[in-house]
Amino acid sequence: MIFFEQLLNGLQFGMMLFMLAAGLTLIFGIMGVVNLTHGSFYMVGAYCAAYTISSTGSFLAGIVAALLGAGLYGVVVEVLVIRRLYKRDHLYQVLATLGLLFFTNEAVSIIFGRRPPLVNIPSALEGSITVMPGLPYPIIRLSFIVLGALVAVGLWYLVNRTRIGMLIRAGADDHEMVDALGVDIRKLYTIVFALGALLAGLAGVMAAPILAVEIGMGERILITTFVVIVIGGVGSVKGALVGALLVGMVDSLGRAFLPQLLGMVLSPVIAGPLAAGLASASIYVLMAVVLIVKPGGLYPARS
Amino acid sequence: MFKKIAVGALMCASTLAWAAPDSVEIGFITTLSTPAGYIGEDERDGFNLAIKQGDGQLGGIPISLIVEDDALKPANAKQTSDRLIQSGVQLFTGVNFSNVLAAVVPGVTRSGAFYVSLNPGPSVFAGKRCDPNYFVASYQNDAYHAAGGIAANSLGYKKVALLAPNYQAGRDAISGFKETFEGEVIAEIYTTLDQSDFSVEMARIRDLNPDAIYQFHPGGTGINFVKQYSAAGLTDTVPMVTPGFSLDLRMLEAVGDAAEGTYVTGIWSMDIDNPQSKKFVSDFQEEYGRLPTEYAMQAYDTAQLIGSALKAVDGDLSKKDDFRAALRKADFQSLRGDFRFNTNHHPIQDLYLMQIVKNEDGQLRPKLIREIASDYEDAYAASCEMPS
Repeated sequence: MIFFEQLLNGLQFGMMLFMLAAGLTLIFGIMGVVNLTHGSFYMVGAYCAAYTISSTGSFLAGIVAALLGAGLYGVVVEVLVIRRLYKRDHLYQVLATLGLLFFTNEAVSIIFGRRPPLVNIPSALEGSITVMPGLPYPIIRLSFIVLGALVAVGLWYLVNRTRIGMLIRAGADDHEMVDALGVDIRKLYTIVFALGALLAGLAGVMAAPILAVEIGMGERILITTFVVIVIGGVGSVKGALVGALLVGMVDSLGRAFLPQLLGMVLSPVIAGPLAAGLASASIYVLMAVVLIVKPGGLYPARS
Repeated sequence: MFKKIAVGALMCASTLAWAAPDSVEIGFITTLSTPAGYIGEDERDGFNLAIKQGDGQLGGIPISLIVEDDALKPANAKQTSDRLIQSGVQLFTGVNFSNVLAAVVPGVTRSGAFYVSLNPGPSVFAGKRCDPNYFVASYQNDAYHAAGGIAANSLGYKKVALLAPNYQAGRDAISGFKETFEGEVIAEIYTTLDQSDFSVEMARIRDLNPDAIYQFHPGGTGINFVKQYSAAGLTDTVPMVTPGFSLDLRMLEAVGDAAEGTYVTGIWSMDIDNPQSKKFVSDFQEEYGRLPTEYAMQAYDTAQLIGSALKAVDGDLSKKDDFRAALRKADFQSLRGDFRFNTNHHPIQDLYLMQIVKNEDGQLRPKLIREIASDYEDAYAASCEMPS
């Protein structure tokens, strides 16, 4: 039974990672921009939500505020900074987005203050339901899984079945040709960037009731998100989904069962810290193994 | 060019020193930026409150407080303290984290200056490496965790699971708890310092079904932990014991109702029935519009301790032996009530058990349950051979 619960935990963590990774992989894969500010969009979303929820009391309003706040901030960042860096080397992009990350952290602490705000679980999502006999699971975490699945389906539809999705794919393959055919590639890039920021903001508002809304919350998860998109293959939404679920599962199951496995052969004093170390390294081991077998990731967008 | 700059710098330095000829300078290096900045804010404000109440003086001596931000980086703090030592500052306090303190203290004491800690009291400086010019007015780091073990005993818990991040302070927390706990530790679960999701640990706790858990997670990780503990429905079935600084008032605001029922340990409670503590709480609230945390309390006590010693030497820090002897006496009215120094310059004080409950106004506050240890002293004093 505990195994199933840990599987659910892995699934939920994976879905959370997917919402962040989907945007990051599109921006990285299509626009070729290494965007360290992505974690900031997540934070901006969470803060906008926290502020709106505390002043209106409505979680739905919080979701809208998070999407608007993160999406708008994404547009501003793209137009003012990123747009100037498409033709530059990755190093310039890393430097600029790293600077933006610090800037955002300080800006948020000036606007909202340094004390982490409170976001309660909305009453509709409070409590647990029994998924299987003897296994109660918090509704808020289940809704995370459902929302992640909806986002996956929605993105699949957007990328594969709509005109804008077609342009996104075309832009990824050969953006000069798309430009030459009369498509405003700049506008397209802005839309992709805003979409990525929007998804990060959505992850932020969903995480707010169960995680601390604090300055720097995005950096904590950004590295793991990069691991996800490297495993999944840069630029592929499908890869992001598979990568996120893999990383979520490996991380959760590793943390859950490594201590017990090691505890069978070693004394608990050694097994505890050692297992914690191994579990936190497990996703990097996973990444290394995937890259040895498939250097471009599981589902590379471009060959 | 270089000469010009050097001359300019000298002039600046001399005008600065000229500004307040008779005041004692105190170097106050603390953490004001980063998410932990609220802690430094409370410490600075608590310290300033004491100065303000003395009309800019501590113990009748005018004070000029030099506040610097260390951004939680030991290297920053070390640089700042070196600079202040060179400009003649003889007395330091303010540092908020053990790792930063470890970078600052050796340089300060080696130069012959004094350091009075208002928050961390790491074990390294409490035992063999104790120093005549180093005082800790707050607590030795083990105190809170030892209190956790005593609290678990007194609450009748037999099987307890322990959780802490896998780093020095986390491992100290677990060993500190085990030192005083008499029941069985059924699991030691190590998390990571940057972990935000604890669902795995929650499932494990439910599976283990202990009588209680003891957890130590600082800052944001602590907020995450308590929120998710409640979301997992564990609050009702497995009681939680945690050190006070793992669920301070600011964190409590961010955690909300999820924290209700949690037991916290501490060296002070707002409910302690002594007039100076009551007055401090209401003065602090009036001045800053928020309730003081234990950090503010410690800073206020530190300011008073320093004041009592400055008074004894009439503000003359060159009388080092007299100043040291006066600090050792701890001749001030601590907000904690009983307070005296052990031979290793760490406090001997009482420990308290509190529980997070709603007060009459429906606000969550740590409510004093009882004193769980009287005159607690740390175990390191025995190995400290303090040169007199």
